[in-house]
Amino acid sequence: MPVFYGTDIDSALMLGTAQYPSPKILEAAFGASKAGIATVSLRREQGGGGDFRALVAGLGAQILPNTAGCHTVKEAVTTAHMARELFGTGWIKLEVIGHTDSLQPDVFGLVEAARILIADGFQVFPYTTEDLTVCARLVEAGCEVLMPWGAPIGSGRGLMNEYGLRALRAEFPDQALVVDAGIGLPSHAARAMELGFDAVLLNTAVAKAGDPALMAAAMAGAVRAGRAAYLARPMEPRDMAAPSTPVVGRAFL
Amino acid sequence: MKIFVNGEERQTGAATLAALLEEEGFGPAVATAVNESFVAKAARAAIKLQDGDRVEVLSAMQGG
Repeated sequence: MPVFYGTDIDSALMLGTAQYPSPKILEAAFGASKAGIATVSLRREQGGGGDFRALVAGLGAQILPNTAGCHTVKEAVTTAHMARELFGTGWIKLEVIGHTDSLQPDVFGLVEAARILIADGFQVFPYTTEDLTVCARLVEAGCEVLMPWGAPIGSGRGLMNEYGLRALRAEFPDQALVVDAGIGLPSHAARAMELGFDAVLLNTAVAKAGDPALMAAAMAGAVRAGRAAYLARPMEPRDMAAPSTPVVGRAFL
Repeated sequence: MKIFVNGEERQTGAATLAALLEEEGFGPAVATAVNESFVAKAARAAIKLQDGDRVEVLSAMQGG
């Protein structure tokens, strides 16, 4: 099971709390999946903020606030400070968005914001691309967790650059790695775990499924299967067939 | 004086951020910023508001 900044998490499934048809279905998704971490955000108070905080406190998951929607270092840093006070945690999913349509992170702003927040005592979970050099800068800044995207947020396209993710795993054997964003199906989540990732973070794939609780359970099963497969050290694929039934002792008929 | 609370213009006589939050009826589960800078809960009573200040009052919300 993943360890983030010294904290053991009971599940490698990290689940967002947005876009569910109702609060009840949100609770059902967490109940069915036993997701270990719930991501949350901060928005302008218009009534109901206290209710939602009470709801997430009852999900049985660690809370990971995000800086979603922030486009500058200053916005992200200010949001992180507000989140730390509101949720009582130094954990922050750091998003600094650089491109409106793809929601691709601004990796330059991301590294700068990570440096500032880590100096301020935060434990930063950076939403990043799978770029090796950017990730090296994040690690230098003090990030113990890296969260490369699989595909653009909400796209459900799966792992667009499996090679890059595998390279990242090889390059950073000691960092906790999470595929964050782009997961659409349990097979995508399982694949990320087969590559040796420590966890996956997803939201839309569950919240926008016809039956979110059932999909959440499917994701939890996929994550467990993928992790077990990684630990079991899979066979190497080959091009030609290799008979699995013994050839010796075959009858002459 | 005129200030902005979550982007909406308000006329207020509240001298401090703490007084403004009370006047506007915000509960305890909020985090605040004035002119894009974080203001911790403990500092709100000491923050004097000035004409044109931009106050953000945020709370927990759904997120991915």
